[in-house]
Amino acid sequence: MSGGDTGGRLVRPFTLTGGRTRPSRADFTLITTVTAVDPPPERAPRPQPEQLRILRMCAEPVAVAELAARLDLPVSVVVILLCDLLEAGRITARAPRPVTRTTPDLDLLEKVRDGLGRL
Amino acid sequence: MAGSDRAARTPTAPDTVKILIAGGFGVGKTTMVGSVSEIAPLRTEEPLTVAGLDVDDLAGIEEKRATTVALDFGRITIGPDLVLYLFGTPGQQRFWFMWDDLAVGALGAVVLLDVRRPRASFAALDFFERRGIPFVVGVNGFFGRHPYPPERIRDALALPEDVQVLLCDARERGSCRDVLLALIDQLIAAAVRDDGTGRLTRRTR
Ligand SMILES: Nc1nc2c(ncn2[C@@H]2O[C@H](COP(=O)(O)OP(=O)(O)O)[C@@H](O)[C@H]2O)c(=O)[nH]1
Ligand SMILES: [Mg+2]
Repeated sequence: MSGGDTGGRLVRPFTLTGGRTRPSRADFTLITTVTAVDPPPERAPRPQPEQLRILRMCAEPVAVAELAARLDLPVSVVVILLCDLLEAGRITARAPRPVTRTTPDLDLLEKVRDGLGRL
Repeated sequence: MAGSDRAARTPTAPDTVKILIAGGFGVGKTTMVGSVSEIAPLRTEEPLTVAGLDVDDLAGIEEKRATTVALDFGRITIGPDLVLYLFGTPGQQRFWFMWDDLAVGALGAVVLLDVRRPRASFAALDFFERRGIPFVVGVNGFFGRHPYPPERIRDALALPEDVQVLLCDARERGSCRDVLLALIDQLIAAAVRDDGTGRLTRRTR
């Protein structure tokens, strides 16, 4: 192994998804923002412990990559859990700002430049 | 508040954008992410069996050792409604399948170069050039040493005129900020240039 980028690990996390390795929908990217719906929908099924942890973490909007890092779970596992929560109406998902090469978004770029300038 | 509008309590999520920090192993990607991020760099690890292969049936895999590919990232809050994420891309070329995923929807990239061994970042340069993803080159002068001016490096790497080359120090916040600013300026310049030809920058939204 060339150091740092790789390492051994047990693939236990997929037991959390009931063995599923594929998300049921394509709503989630690394920087999709997830927010718990408050108040939760009535008659929502009781979430599993991992899902409860997710719901607590996304009381304020949080990106999928951050959730995965804070849960210490692979993104691919977190996304499957998020699909279940989305389908149960427990969270909302906000897609990243679309970026296209053909129609650059000058307003966005200027906003980013101003923000970086304040660093 | 019983029966009140659900949206009233669910906070509004900000827009998110991302920039990739790429380059060979050990060139300073994680260091750069940490220098500008408002949070300590976070890390996720993907099992390669899932990320890289077409595996539909993981029966029994719980007991197997799997290689993982790590991704570290940081965050810069631009404003209440906009957050920028920086992703350090996994160095080795065999993880290119992951770069493809990462590159989707990215504003652009910083290709970091260790001035003492530029070859380590050639694969990253090739990757962004071939896919037409805009990038700037940050020359990380370890120990603050910059033996070559940017023009020499541009020539040596045969980079096009519009790709900026910046001497930087991955450990310095201000230096990393300037590299990111250069990328944004390059994107703005390209957008304005395209506009000048009458071709682009129609904002239909
Ligand atoms: N002296 C010096 N060390 C650096 C610099 N940038 C990174 N390093 C060190 O070089 C090593 C590799 O950096 P890292 O950011 O992990 O590289 P990555 O593999 O590209 O993420 C670490 O020990 C860093 O502390 C620099 O500008 N100057
Ligand atoms: Mg690193």
